[in-house]
Order: sequence, then C-alpha cells, then structure tokens
Amino acid sequence: MSRLATKQLTLAYDRREVVRDLDVEIPDRSFTVIIGANGCGKSTLLRALARVLKPARGTVLLDGKAISDYPSRQVARVIGLLPQSPITPDGITVLELVSRGRFPHQGALRRESAEDRAVIERCLAETGLTELKDRPVAELSGGQRQRAWIAMALAQDTELLLLDEPTTYLDLAHQIEVLDLCARLHEAGRTVVAVLHDLNQAARYASHLIALRGGEVLAAGPPDRVITADLVERTFGLRARIIEDPESRTPLVIPAFRAGPASTAADDALPSEVTGK
Amino acid sequence: MTSALHRLRPALVCLACVVLGVVAALLTLNLGQFSGGLTQADVFVINQLLLPRIFTAVLAGAALAIAGAVFQSVTRNPLGSPDVLGFTQGASTGALVGITAFGGGVVAVAAFAWIGAVGSAVAVYLTARRGGVTGGVKLILVGIGVATILSGVNEYLITRANIIDAAAASLWITGSLDGSSWTSVTLIGVAVALLVPVLVLCSRPLRVLELGDDLATGVGLSAETLRVLTLAVAVLLAASAASQTGPVAFVALCAPHLARRLTRRTGPNLVPTLLLGAALMQWADYLSQHAIPDRELPVGVVTGVLGGGYLVFLLAHQRKIGRI
Repeated sequence: MSRLATKQLTLAYDRREVVRDLDVEIPDRSFTVIIGANGCGKSTLLRALARVLKPARGTVLLDGKAISDYPSRQVARVIGLLPQSPITPDGITVLELVSRGRFPHQGALRRESAEDRAVIERCLAETGLTELKDRPVAELSGGQRQRAWIAMALAQDTELLLLDEPTTYLDLAHQIEVLDLCARLHEAGRTVVAVLHDLNQAARYASHLIALRGGEVLAAGPPDRVITADLVERTFGLRARIIEDPESRTPLVIPAFRAGPASTAADDALPSEVTGK
Repeated sequence: MTSALHRLRPALVCLACVVLGVVAALLTLNLGQFSGGLTQADVFVINQLLLPRIFTAVLAGAALAIAGAVFQSVTRNPLGSPDVLGFTQGASTGALVGITAFGGGVVAVAAFAWIGAVGSAVAVYLTARRGGVTGGVKLILVGIGVATILSGVNEYLITRANIIDAAAASLWITGSLDGSSWTSVTLIGVAVALLVPVLVLCSRPLRVLELGDDLATGVGLSAETLRVLTLAVAVLLAASAASQTGPVAFVALCAPHLARRLTRRTGPNLVPTLLLGAALMQWADYLSQHAIPDRELPVGVVTGVLGGGYLVFLLAHQRKIGRI
C-alpha cells in the first residue's frame, strides 16, 4: 500500500523540465531512499512530493487524491518535510525551533497546548536533544544541529517524513548519527523518504530504493535487488564492483580503480556482478 | 529563578516601555509649570499643541517600529526597514511633489507622501518578484536601488524649488512632530487600530516563515501570500505614519533590534517592538526639544543621530562576536 505516489508527474523550473512523466510509489512504512547523479531530479521529486514545488503536469497523490486538493495544513499533519537548506534565525534555541514544528496543529490565537508540549518533549527525547533544548541551535555540532531540524519536522507529528539530503555537509560520524536516527524513526513505524548521495549508506539504511536518471526511474525496489553494477553504471556512468558489506550484509559499491567515464560501447562487455542473491 | 525571569522578559520589557512612555509624556506636558492654575492660553497649548504631539509620537513610533519588525522578519535581514527598502525615499518624493507642485498644503503633502511610499513599495515588490516569489535579499537589493534613484529625484526636486519650499521640504524629509494636530492623531490612529491587529495575528506564521519558504510551505503556510499580506500592511502603516510626521529615520530599523536584545526572543517580537517604538519616539522628541537649550531640533535629527550611533555599535559588536 502507498499513501503517497505520483502519476505522470512532470516537474520543471521555469521551462526546463527536470522530471518527465514519472510514476513512483512510496511504500507505506518503508525507509525509501532516492538516489541518482547530481541534477537527476532527486530533490526536485522530493519537493514535489511535499507539495512545495507545483507540478508542470501530472499529480502527486495522497491517499489516491491530488495533494493540491487538500488544504495545505491538512497535508502538513500527514507529511513532514525537512528541506535541504532551512534558515536558522539568529539566536534561536533548540526548544524554540522544535516548537515551530507544531504550527499545523495550532490556531491563530490558541497558545501552546499541553499536547503540543508533550509532543515537543517526546521529539526532543527521540532525537536525544532533551539536555540541549535551551542551547542556541547555532552553537551545536553539525550532527546535533541536523538532529534539531529533524526534531522540528518530527514535531509536526506526521506519519510520513521527507528529508532532503539530511547528511550533506556532515562529517562521516555525524552522517551515521543522523542515519541511525532515521532508522529508529522508521522502526518506530513512520514512513521515511530521504534523498541521499552516498550509495552505500542508501543500500545500508533503505528498505526501498528509487534510482533516478535524467528525471526517469531506472529501478525501484529493495537495495539488494536494485544495486547492481549495471545499475550503478547506468545511473552514475561509473564502473563499479558490488560486494557484500561485511558489517551490514547489504550491497557495497566499490568504484573501479581509476575508472574513466564508462562508454556505452563497453556496456555489453562489462560483467554484471550482483551480490546478495 | 532565571527561567522564570526568561519567561517574563517580554512582559517586563512591555511594561518598562509603557512606564517610559508615560514618564516622557508627563515631562513633555511639564504640568509643574501650571501650578498657579490654568489660563486659557495654557489650555490651548495643552489641548492643541502638546497632547496631539504626544499622541502623534506614540502612534507614529509604534507604526514605524512594527512595520520595521515585519520588514526585518519577512526579508530575513536585519537591515530590512523602510529606510533601506526605498519607501522612505518614496514618501519624500511624494511630499516634495506635493510641496513644489501643489503648494504644500498639509493635506496635499500628506496625501502625496502616502502615495509616494505605497507606490515605491509596489515598484520594489514587483521588480523583486520573479516566478511568483520574492526572496529577502532580492527585496533588499531592489529596495536599495530604488532608494538611490529616488534620492536623486529628491535632490533634483529640492534644487528646482524656491527657497521657502526647499526649506519646508528639507524639514519634512528630516521628520518632525511640529505640525502634529488632532487630524494627524486620528489618521495614524485609525491606521494603527485597523492594521496592527492584522500583523499581531500573523506573528506565529511570520515566525515560521523565518525558517525558509520551503519549510513554511511544508508546515502548511502559503509563504508568498503571507509575505505579500504582511508587507502590504506594514507599508500602509509606515506610509500613514510618514505622511504625518515625515520619515523619521531609524526608528523602524532600531526598535526591532532593541526589542530582540531586551526580550532575548527570536522572531518578530511585534508587541514589544511596537511599545518600544512608541517610547523611543517620545523620548527622541523630548530630547529634540530640550537637548540644546533654546533651540528645538526636528525629531528626525535626534533619531538619526541616536539610531545611526546604535547601528554603528551593533555592527562593531557583531564584528567582535564574529557574525560579520
């Protein structure tokens, strides 16, 4: 079952089409990761799924109905979004930031309710920020800061959570910190959709992968079926071997040593190494 | 307890502003001088000169300050203010046209100033808008451009004016409370009464909009609609104030900064800013009348000197803590 899906979705900036006639489904309770080369339309797709970007043609469907037909606030109670580069206001504390995630549940005049406060406390605990709640966001480490932003999106208290490149600009330890958090949120029953750059991390954490190239879906499914040498070459133009990650038993992509750009002529000659099967 | 103090801070700041405002009003009225009973002339001075002046200062200060808070929040830039965004210059251009071409009647000048401010705001907004959205930095840059152009136009209009008109125009551009009447009070009062509640209701959405357009849309806000609405209301407020007092410099820029520092809250801080703006304007006016014995200054000179000084302090401080 998929609450969130797209039908014949075409997305464009100005008049440049980035995604064409795309049909994707986000399986419920999955940790879906969208992968693909720079400029393939990953983030564009995510922004459209969160109804931040209006489609040029086609529709994003929420429970079978066009997402644009719902009041925006109602969508905000089902889908939470963490955009790629949100703005941190001067001097804002973790608690204040997370509180702003309660917006879709509040009226113009109503003050913070007991339920709001309970949800905020829970989100702080879930992201391990309870101790840091009175600290200014700007003073946190990169990983803590990203956790604070995720906590803000969590405070929307939604079943679906969309994260646009949540690990970009973080060092490796902080990337893992954030991905472990995403995995916990997924295990707690949420549907998590993320755009990631690192294929091996995608293979390790995702339950469902969507590989995009030039705005089209090349493959979709569980990582051990999707990640093949052939797919990596077609998606990134990179020759690679796939072995089993000794730590997580998921596919591990090893780029060919001093790989030149793969030529289409070499496509047929290249052995397709598939693991996990 | 520090957290209790932190929670009460905005309320305490508001209370302090009200007290400061009342003290300034009492000082301006200087009731002690009438200890021997009021003559008819005294009654006239109080009713027709001092009281309108006090109320105009309160209302114009409040209107300019809350408009500045909205501009800064919406542009996500501490420099967002009518002075930087070109509306002040637009108001001046309007007033100059009113003075030089239409004889400088009080109503004509106010009306033209109002039209000038609103017109320049519309021009800045439409120029900065692309693909249905306006980014904060774009508004600032376009505003600075429009402000520069209009300053040139203003200079030209002053050089073309006869000496009496030029003097009147210069005084108007500096910003002054001298001409305050009950009419000014009514006009700004109506604008404040109608428009301030709209902005206060938008406080919470504005706080969310500060996190970025995508995020604001994600939590269910219509980012551009909110931006247009709040900018329009803020421009109307600032234009109404400026049409009566002239564009009193720096109140709109400084009051939101000061309010943020005093309340230690992020976000637009609309109510504390509003009260602080009112108190600031009253004290600036009191200083303008008493700073130099026997010589009254236009209030805009005082706010300009104080506000400019504060801006320099702010920039130096931000530099020291490594923000810029």
